[in-house]
Amino acid sequence: MSKDQQSEVEVVPVRHVGQWVGAAVVLIAIAMVVHTLFSKVPLQSGLNKCVTTAGKRVCHPIFIWRFQWNTVGQYLFSSEVLHGVILTLQLTVVAMVIGIVLGVIIAVMRLSNNRLLAAPAWVYTWFFRGTPVYVQLFFWFNIGLLYKRFTLGVPFLHVTFFSTSTNVITGVWAAILGLGLNEAAYMSEIARAGIISVDEGQTEAATSLGMTKGQTLRLVVLPQAMRVIIPPTGNEVISMLKTTSLAASIAVIELFGAVQNIWANNFKTLPLIVVACLWYLFMTTVMSIGQFYIERHFARGALRSPPMTPVQRLRKDLRTLGGRTRLTRMTS
Amino acid sequence: MSTMVEARGVTKAYGHVPVLRGVDLVVAQGEVMCLIGPSGSGKSTFLRCINHLEKHDAGELRVEGELVGYRLQNGKLYEQSDKQICAERANIGMVFQRFNLFQHLTVLDNLIIGQMKVKGVKEDAAVKSARELLARVGLDAKESNYPAQLSGGQQQRVAIARALAMEPRLMLFDEPTSALDPELVGEVLDVMRDLAKSGMTMIVVTHEMGFAREVANTVCFLDQGVIEESGTPSDVLGNPRSDRLRSFLSKVL
Repeated sequence: MSKDQQSEVEVVPVRHVGQWVGAAVVLIAIAMVVHTLFSKVPLQSGLNKCVTTAGKRVCHPIFIWRFQWNTVGQYLFSSEVLHGVILTLQLTVVAMVIGIVLGVIIAVMRLSNNRLLAAPAWVYTWFFRGTPVYVQLFFWFNIGLLYKRFTLGVPFLHVTFFSTSTNVITGVWAAILGLGLNEAAYMSEIARAGIISVDEGQTEAATSLGMTKGQTLRLVVLPQAMRVIIPPTGNEVISMLKTTSLAASIAVIELFGAVQNIWANNFKTLPLIVVACLWYLFMTTVMSIGQFYIERHFARGALRSPPMTPVQRLRKDLRTLGGRTRLTRMTS
Repeated sequence: MSTMVEARGVTKAYGHVPVLRGVDLVVAQGEVMCLIGPSGSGKSTFLRCINHLEKHDAGELRVEGELVGYRLQNGKLYEQSDKQICAERANIGMVFQRFNLFQHLTVLDNLIIGQMKVKGVKEDAAVKSARELLARVGLDAKESNYPAQLSGGQQQRVAIARALAMEPRLMLFDEPTSALDPELVGEVLDVMRDLAKSGMTMIVVTHEMGFAREVANTVCFLDQGVIEESGTPSDVLGNPRSDRLRSFLSKVL
C-alpha cells in the first residue's frame, strides 16, 4: 500500500443552461423598461419647431421625454408636494400609534380568561376587518350626520366634562380615526400571534419569581413576542403609508391629494403621478432599512450570532467573489 | 426545628382526572426532601401547588404556617389577592426541568430582574449579589452571555442562581437534571449539593437516586397521587416495603 498523500483538486461546477437563458430574458426586459423610461417622443400636439435660415424655412418635430422628467423635477420638491409628504408621514405615524397601542390592548383582552373581555375584542376585530377601510373613512367623515355633539362625561347621569360639536371631525381627524381603528384590528392579530409564540415556561418562571401578571407581560412576554411581532408590523407601517392615499377622497391634502390638486390645474397628470410614486418609494425604502435594524435589535438572545447587516454581507460577498472552491482530498 | 411545608390531604384533579388524591407530608426547616415516583404520579403537580402555580382543589397546604392561596378568618377561607400570592411566591424559589431562563436577557439581567422589579432592590446592590451568586455556581465569566449561548448544564446553574437571587426560604426543584445530557448532570447536582450543605430547605423532584441517597434527609415515594412510602433514604431506597416501590426501583436503579 502506498502512503496517503494530499493533493488539491479543482472543482468544476455544473453548468446551469436554464439559468443563463433566464438571465438573458430578464436582462432584455430590464433594457426595455429602462429604454421606455428614458425615451423621447414627438410632442403630441404635432407642433413643429421651424427655423428660417437663408430664406429657407425648415421644420422639425419637437421631442420631449415620454415620462416628462423635466415636469417631474419641477414639482418633486415644490412646497405643495412637500406639505403633502409631511401630512402623509404624520397620518402614518399617528394612525400606527393608535393601531399598535389599541391592537396590543385588544390582543391581551382576547387572550384573557374573562369572556366579557375576550368576546368584545373578537367582535371588534370581526367588524373592522370585515368592512373596507375606504368605506370606514367615509363613515367617520360623515359621523356628524349621526351625532351632533361629541361629549365626555359620566354615562346616563348627565355629568359632562367636555363637549364639542362633531363639526370638528375634519377630513384629517376622520382619516386618523378610520385608519387607526382599522389598523388596531390587524395589529391585534399580529400581537396575539406574537404573545402566544412565547413559551409558557417563560411565564411560569416570571410568575415563580413573584412577578404580577402585568410585570410578566411587560418585562418577559412582550419583549420576546417582539421578534415575531416586528416583521409583520413593518409590513403594516409600509402598507399604512400607502393606504393614507385613500384619505385624498375625504378632502385630506396628503401627498396624493396634493398632486391631484396640482394636476386639476395644469392637467400634467402623469408626471405628477410619477412624483407621488417617487416619494412613496423613497419613504417605504427608508422604512424597510429601519425595519431591518429594529428586527436585528429584537433578535438578541434568540440567535447565537445576530444576522449580518447589508454592509457586512457585501464585504463577505466581495471577499469570496471569484474564488473557486477548492477541495482538498485524500488520495491513496 | 420548625415546619417549612405542611400538606394535609391535598387533592387536585385536571378535569375529571385525579392527579393528587390526598397528599400528606411535612418538610422541616433546613430539610432536603426528594420526591420520587413514576411519571404521572403527581410529583410535579404537587410541587407547583406549593407556590400556587397550580391551585389545589381541597386539603390544607401551609408554607411556614401560612395557608397557600387562602387566608383563614372567622372560620371562612378567603382567597388571597394576586398581589399577596405574588409576594409569597417571591419567597419560594423554583427551578424548572427546561430551565426557562429569560431568553431576551443576559445572564446578569436574568439574575437582577426579579430583585429589582419584585423586591425593589437598587440596581448596584442587585448586580453585586448577582455576581456573588454567579461566582458561587461557577459562572462569573458568563454574565454578559445570552442563555442560548450556554450549555444546558450552565443554563440550569444560572436558573438556580436566578432563584437564589430572590433570597428564598424554600427551593423547589422540578426534575432539574432530566433535560440534560448525562455528562452535564454532575455540575448541576454539585451546585444543589452545596446548596443543601448551606442549610437551604429543598424539595427536589428527581430521578437521580444517587443524589437522593447522598443528599436527602427524607425520600418520599409518590404513586397514583398519594405518598406510598416515606422515610430516610436508606430505608426507602434500600429497604422498600411495598411492591410498587420495589418494581419502580428495579426500573430506575
